[in-house]
Amino acid sequence: MQGSQRAFTRASTFVHLLSRFRSFEERLGLAVFTLALLFAMTHPLWAHEFKAGDIEIVHPWSQATPEGAKVAAGYLTLKNHGNSTDRLVSATGDVAGMTQVHEMSVDANGIMTMKQVADGLEIPAGGEVTLKPGSFHIMFMDLKQPVKEGQPFKGTLTFEKAGTVEIEYSVEAMGGGHDDHGG
Amino acid sequence: MTTTAANARQARQLGSIIALACLALVLLGIIGMVVFPKLVQRNVSPVGGPFTLTTQTGARLSDTDLRGKPFAIVFGFTRCPEVCPTTLWETTEALKMLGSDAAKLRVLFVSVDPTRDTPEFMARYLQSFDKHITGLTGTETEITSIGREYRIYYKKVPTDDGDYTMDHTATMFLMDADGQFEGTIAYGEEMATRVQKLRRLIGAAT
Repeated sequence: MQGSQRAFTRASTFVHLLSRFRSFEERLGLAVFTLALLFAMTHPLWAHEFKAGDIEIVHPWSQATPEGAKVAAGYLTLKNHGNSTDRLVSATGDVAGMTQVHEMSVDANGIMTMKQVADGLEIPAGGEVTLKPGSFHIMFMDLKQPVKEGQPFKGTLTFEKAGTVEIEYSVEAMGGGHDDHGG
Repeated sequence: MTTTAANARQARQLGSIIALACLALVLLGIIGMVVFPKLVQRNVSPVGGPFTLTTQTGARLSDTDLRGKPFAIVFGFTRCPEVCPTTLWETTEALKMLGSDAAKLRVLFVSVDPTRDTPEFMARYLQSFDKHITGLTGTETEITSIGREYRIYYKKVPTDDGDYTMDHTATMFLMDADGQFEGTIAYGEEMATRVQKLRRLIGAAT
């Protein structure tokens, strides 16, 4: 009996609080403000996108590197909305002296192999290719500066047909995204 | 006629002696395996063996220095974009979860690219990871030797700019306090399994 009374008091206090914003405009303003706040809070979690012709580049990201590291890896998804196959032929990164596209894999014997994608990475018409841990990656070599968490860096991607586009890699903590890898 | 019979008897006797001897050998073997299980394990131990390498502080460290404490050993190189930092980071996290027990264990990170991974560079690189991780490098010959002992695969892969990268075994080997093979942690193993295996390794030592 007492419990339900307390609950009633609490509810009425809340209503009382809300009733301070009496007009519709005030309440609408409050709602918009709350939504804006929520949006701002979740914004860094949202994938960012870039476009080059028919190619959509989704969420380029990298990982913080260990102290003094000379290499870093970049990951992203390439979607081809066009009617013909395109190829990612080269890439650059502000942080790197040299950038290549590599394919990495770990076999059943636990051996990691890495090879340069020689003739460009194919993105089939209407299809997509994901560069992710345990698979393809943009290999940043000769790092000029460390890659640090929360400090995005710029780079370019050059496609055979869609041309060159500037993108930005967001940088996650070391070990971030490790749940994704297939190995 | 009699000679044939005698021959046959002799042959039978010889046969039973051989059979008895075989039986005795088998029994001896079984007793041996039961009494000295470590001996059997040692003979079939798939990985591990003697080595002397240089740590990131420039000190020399050999397998005999490691006796009395179990260790985890993994091979890699610092110009490795993904597998090595991930392994070292996950190991760092696992050691964090072990808390004070982490001191009961050694973790060795051996470079398969010793010409570029100098002790100084290893020291800088390993600052980003748990302090229980020891970096090891050495001469090409020393690395070839430990590579053979641990039966790992590694190979220089040239890239088209005249640079190179390394292919290598990414599996972590778990060795007990006597330097005997205990198990492995695969690349990308679940964190819970990783911690569990390290715990078991520490437990096996006490």
